[in-house]
Amino acid sequence: MRRLVILGAGTAGTMVANKLRRRLALDEWQITVIDRDPEHLYQPGLLFVPFEPEPPDLLKSRRGLLRRGIQLLIGEVGALDTENKTVRLADGGVVGYDYLVIATGTSPRPDQTPGMLGPQWHRSIHDFYTYDGALAVRDALQSFPGGRLVVHVVDQPIKCPVAPLEFTFLAEAFFRRRGMRDQVEIVYVTPLDGAFTKPVASRFLGRLLDERKIAVETDFLVERIDAERKTLVSYDEREIGYDLLVTVPLNMGADFLGDSGLGDELNYVPVDKRTLQSIAHPDVFAVGDANDLPTSKAGSVAHFSSEIFVENFLQYVDGRAMTHRFDGHANCFVETGDGKGLLIDFNYDTEPLPGRYPLGRLGPLSLLRETKANHWGKLAFRWIYWHLLLPGRRLPVPNKMSMTGKHRPGEEVRP
Amino acid sequence: MTTIHVDSEGFLTEYGEWSEDLAAELAARIGIELTDEHWKAIRFLRADYPSHGETATLRRVSVLTGMPIKQLFTLFPGKPAKKMAYVAGLPKPRGCV
Repeated sequence: MRRLVILGAGTAGTMVANKLRRRLALDEWQITVIDRDPEHLYQPGLLFVPFEPEPPDLLKSRRGLLRRGIQLLIGEVGALDTENKTVRLADGGVVGYDYLVIATGTSPRPDQTPGMLGPQWHRSIHDFYTYDGALAVRDALQSFPGGRLVVHVVDQPIKCPVAPLEFTFLAEAFFRRRGMRDQVEIVYVTPLDGAFTKPVASRFLGRLLDERKIAVETDFLVERIDAERKTLVSYDEREIGYDLLVTVPLNMGADFLGDSGLGDELNYVPVDKRTLQSIAHPDVFAVGDANDLPTSKAGSVAHFSSEIFVENFLQYVDGRAMTHRFDGHANCFVETGDGKGLLIDFNYDTEPLPGRYPLGRLGPLSLLRETKANHWGKLAFRWIYWHLLLPGRRLPVPNKMSMTGKHRPGEEVRP
Repeated sequence: MTTIHVDSEGFLTEYGEWSEDLAAELAARIGIELTDEHWKAIRFLRADYPSHGETATLRRVSVLTGMPIKQLFTLFPGKPAKKMAYVAGLPKPRGCV
């Protein structure tokens, strides 16, 4: 038997396991998936938790999401030995592999910024990338008497890079609906030099922030949080006070990747950006947020790149050359408040552009423009995620980005 | 007088057109006089780029050279990642979307 071990049963790991189970012969291949806990969290749903009265059900059993014939082990990975091709679990168990797929994602690390964790964590300092964190934000927003709300990103890259902007738009709409918008000052603090990285989208999103009277503080790299003074302090000694802070902590890959020498300075696995094959070890691949691809850490990237990866992997284990090439394709719905959203679609070479996004029989969606359809698209995605994406079924969207419907604006982007 | 190729913001577009003399001149343009500490960061960026394929981020420079981020802010005030890339003749670091 040939042994394939997949570390992580999140979005990428589950998709890859399910796709490969259908394509690899049961009597020749043993597929083992290892995850530290038995439940799969629908992470895109976390964004809405702070604004909903009842917490939605975002969890499903990982076992139920994996096809029959896939072995699931629940356990924490302690160490990886790429020379002997073994994974050592924290409880002492050892799992050998012939091929390894790393899909352990990226996690918010509040421990990496001095002053973030402490008595004020989940009181006046919050994050919304965890279920508990999102619930605490909900309570904080409900009881907020007014003052300054600071939404803050520690550093790039982060998973779902548009989420902090979406959170800001939703919070602004939330206070407006409650009739207390004039008592809340909202400041968006970013290490980038604009609202977003790519110029056209940055201008467009910057304008949306402007229209909603949300101040933006750019090039702000936080050194520490003075929780007692409720103040963010940057490396160049700027200070921003807050009454309520919603931060996105530094994101890092799994520590065992750094410890094993496979990870970079943020524990991401350096891979070939077209094939997802580890630069250091050819029998190791890293999919989803766990790798160092120069594109968004997003479910869409995990999806598009996994399809490319599966085709390449089948060629690779057959001793053939890998012929499929990932182009960095990502697309994201961006929730902008008031039941509207916009859609961005881009890849390694093409930044998000305005226009229309063709979508089979469902008709086109507008790119970089606020519409209700984009909001509904975002909500409908939850069903698609559980029932089509994770089982590894094909979606009616191409893996490679297409220029169809897109246009480059001249000087201005008009909504 | 040699010709160099730059993008619209003045970042060198050809890795091979850089030299240490040019670095000193680029640094002077943004008001920086290069010391040994500056060179430590610049040399790391130059060496890292060909294998890594991307301009090193501030955090990468800090972790792999052992120079604290605070120090990099002192050496290249305001926007250290961009200023280091500029002086090292590398593309402007891209914050990933």
